[in-house]
Amino acid sequence: MNRAGPRLGEPASLWRMRAVPVATVIAASALPLMLPLIANSPVLPPLGLLFFLCWQLLRTEMWPVWIGLPLGLVDDLFSGAPIGTAVCLWTLASIAIHYFAQRIYWRGFFHDWGIAALLLAAVQAAAALIAHPDAPTGRVLGLVAPQVVISALLVPFFLRLTGRFDNFRLKRR
Amino acid sequence: MARPAHRRPGQSRKAQYSLFAAYVIAVTGALAGLLLAVLSVADPVGFAQLRIASQELAAPVARVTRSVTGSISGIDDNVSAYVKAGTQNRRLRKELTEARRKLVATSALQEENRQLKALLKLQETDRAALAHGYLLTSTSTSSRRIALLSIGRNLGVAPSQPVRGADGLIGRVLTAGPSVSQVLLLTDVDNVVPVRRARDGLPAISSGRGNGNLDVRTLNIANNPFKPGDILVTSGTGGLYPPNIPVAIVVSRQDDGALARPLADPAKVDAVAVLRPYTPDNIEAQAVPATPPSEAP
Repeated sequence: MNRAGPRLGEPASLWRMRAVPVATVIAASALPLMLPLIANSPVLPPLGLLFFLCWQLLRTEMWPVWIGLPLGLVDDLFSGAPIGTAVCLWTLASIAIHYFAQRIYWRGFFHDWGIAALLLAAVQAAAALIAHPDAPTGRVLGLVAPQVVISALLVPFFLRLTGRFDNFRLKRR
Repeated sequence: MARPAHRRPGQSRKAQYSLFAAYVIAVTGALAGLLLAVLSVADPVGFAQLRIASQELAAPVARVTRSVTGSISGIDDNVSAYVKAGTQNRRLRKELTEARRKLVATSALQEENRQLKALLKLQETDRAALAHGYLLTSTSTSSRRIALLSIGRNLGVAPSQPVRGADGLIGRVLTAGPSVSQVLLLTDVDNVVPVRRARDGLPAISSGRGNGNLDVRTLNIANNPFKPGDILVTSGTGGLYPPNIPVAIVVSRQDDGALARPLADPAKVDAVAVLRPYTPDNIEAQAVPATPPSEAP
């Protein structure tokens, strides 16, 4: 038997199908802490959250709805936010995406962009408010506003990137 | 266009139950996460210990990326040094002659100072730092301003030790891991530093704004005495930061205080020093002059 070449109708590697999405989200969460950048304000977009939302918008039924619990915990460990923030907010975002997926049956590109931008703004604002409960609300929201705008503008790029990773994930051997 | 999700489990009881269970797990987990977040806001030091493993993981990569970008960003400096060599040479010669003249004057003053100090039997307080390291990286996606310091418990770093650069205060140690530690930067919203104006000792409180600037408020609400250009130094009140470390320069007046810019920019500072916290036992230990020099290697 020649097992070296690809065989007709053979499915993609199950291991790769499961590992690629999780690995991209975790790597994107960890990346900002590995760059030699001492930031004076939240300048980088939340890369892990962007990948997390884009994977769910692209493949809504790929993950169970509780996947935000482990992935959020990993993100909390690398971002400086209080531990538990992303655990809570990412899971709520994932529930929201499942809700939108039921309401808007055939989602288009602009639907996806809008949903992602809305959830990014909500998650980042809520995370900042949880991290600084004593500070004035307006100032805390002003702190994350530039980051939210940048992240919302980056959503199409990350959707494309996720699509590339999805092609790799489902590639036949 | 995304394919519609097949969320309807149909008639299968098993599929219905597993979908329901997934939602129950998600909602319970989200509530538990919120509770954990509230607890970790209340006790930031205790929960920050959980982060040590992830930092130890990220630190080696950050060390590599830092050294790579350091060598890249040094290139333009080297090129411009060649271009400016001629004018720089002339300028430096002029400065050298001037510096020599000043040196003579200063050495006389120094001698006089030494004699006066000997007369008063003043002790130079021990400002020797516990350890020196450099800032590796920082949390750049969240609203907390936490930097990673390249040294940890291996060199005696412990929580709530002040950290300063050559230009001024950087922040304080939040947690110390085996080989890296977290530094809460001066500009974090939760970092409150008691300061005083260098000129006249006017006490004030500085707190971060989270965007690189500081809010300075006087303890006396009635008037707003700050002027742009005022230098603020630590006052030593509160027993964490030693006195007379430069903190910030006032940029503009505000309704209730002033807006200030930190004197030490963590993004540009090269090496930082970890100091002893300014607690009574440390102050007494420093006041005793006869400490043997041969401490732990």
